[in-house]
Amino acid sequence: MADYVELMGFGPRGWGLLLVRATLMTVAVSATAFALGGALGALIAWARIGGDRTLRLAADAYTTVLRGVPDLLVIYLLYFGGSLAVSALAQALGARGFVGVDAFAAGAIAVGAISGAYQSEVFRGAYGVIAPGELDAARSVGMPRLMLFRRIIVPQALRSAIPGLANVWQLALKESALISVVGLTEILRQAQVGAGSTRKPFAFFITAAALYLVLSTISGWGFERAEAVAMRGVRRS
Amino acid sequence: MDFAFLRETFVLLLSGLPLTLQLAFVSIAAGAVLAVLLALMRLSGSRWLGALARSYVFVFRGTPLLVQIFLIYYGLGQFPEVRESVAWPFLRQPYWCALLALGLNTAAYSSEIVRGGILSVPFGQVDAARACGMSRALIFRRIVVPQGLRVALPAYGNEIILMTRSTALASVITLMEVTGIASKIISETFRPVEVFVCAGAIYLMLNFAISRVVALVERRLSPQARKRAPAAAAPEPVR
Repeated sequence: MADYVELMGFGPRGWGLLLVRATLMTVAVSATAFALGGALGALIAWARIGGDRTLRLAADAYTTVLRGVPDLLVIYLLYFGGSLAVSALAQALGARGFVGVDAFAAGAIAVGAISGAYQSEVFRGAYGVIAPGELDAARSVGMPRLMLFRRIIVPQALRSAIPGLANVWQLALKESALISVVGLTEILRQAQVGAGSTRKPFAFFITAAALYLVLSTISGWGFERAEAVAMRGVRRS
Repeated sequence: MDFAFLRETFVLLLSGLPLTLQLAFVSIAAGAVLAVLLALMRLSGSRWLGALARSYVFVFRGTPLLVQIFLIYYGLGQFPEVRESVAWPFLRQPYWCALLALGLNTAAYSSEIVRGGILSVPFGQVDAARACGMSRALIFRRIVVPQGLRVALPAYGNEIILMTRSTALASVITLMEVTGIASKIISETFRPVEVFVCAGAIYLMLNFAISRVVALVERRLSPQARKRAPAAAAPEPVR
């Protein structure tokens, strides 16, 4: 036990600092992915609610594929496919050889693409809570579409989307662990490195698990708090 | 598009399908048994059993499946006690470790679904069954399970699909199921897009088949909905 504390601590033999840095990396890559997914999810939800037939079909196909195919495959596609595209571009510009794409970027985009598929479902459900009369009323006072979106739709839809978004955030947080396979030094990757060089795999992976639990618990509180703030003025049954 | 390559890849990937199916089927079946146990522990009214089941669910739902797989496959070997135990011949093989991790993981998610299903059965029904003198086991089997299952099935169908998708993680500990073969082909040929299309098609077909089977079971379990079906086909009222 004392050995474990020293190993995970901040002393000369400790991996504490590296693990803290890796935890920040997990938060950074998950948050980037979640934000990307939010933008993407809003666009997809828009296509599914207000788009014409082709747009709706495309949006449906996107969510079906991204939610049905293993996340690992999506990460491989974005990482290797992205590297291929970047290399082709670099060669066209006169560079030679292979250019790898950044693991952070590829990972964040991959997890973001998956998160976007889930978030579009959340947004679509949340849009349903807006009374059609409110949209009519806003239109009848001559609100431009963007203002209607910003003033009427977003505040109400986002409020009821918070619990769903909390779920999707937890998913993104856990999916970010998969980015370790393309070499991004987040929690799991750092734990693998530590396990390899100290031959104490259990100690490192149990610490990784604990770090994820801490992150998910803290963000769970955060979302609960956000929901409480957002729901201040709403009467509930 | 290089159709010869696509076809060759597709055939190669299909050879991983039996392992994918096996991993999914065994882990889901074992996970379901554990899930029912966990749900019953939470509903037992005992504080200790309830807390134990709750912390199990908290830990397994709050950590990534990949961490759980690594913890079991690489982690357990750290202890000489484990290496000398009778379980070691199993725990040193990636196949059994993947099954164990997948099963433990799906049990946590499914136990919440099972609990929801059991709680959805109106208490009046249990009361009525008691009044008829049914034993607890009989009430569970005849009253709670059939109705709870009906409520839990759509969510459980989702969990089955998610789990089938999660078997891909077994490839990280060297198992050559569909995704494992896919990543091997990608690193050999460097054609990620084509491989993704083929592997994606396999998973989507699998998901589609699962969702059809679940819908079929759902129909069989709800005779009243079958009888009501023609009414639903009646023309919609004009709005």
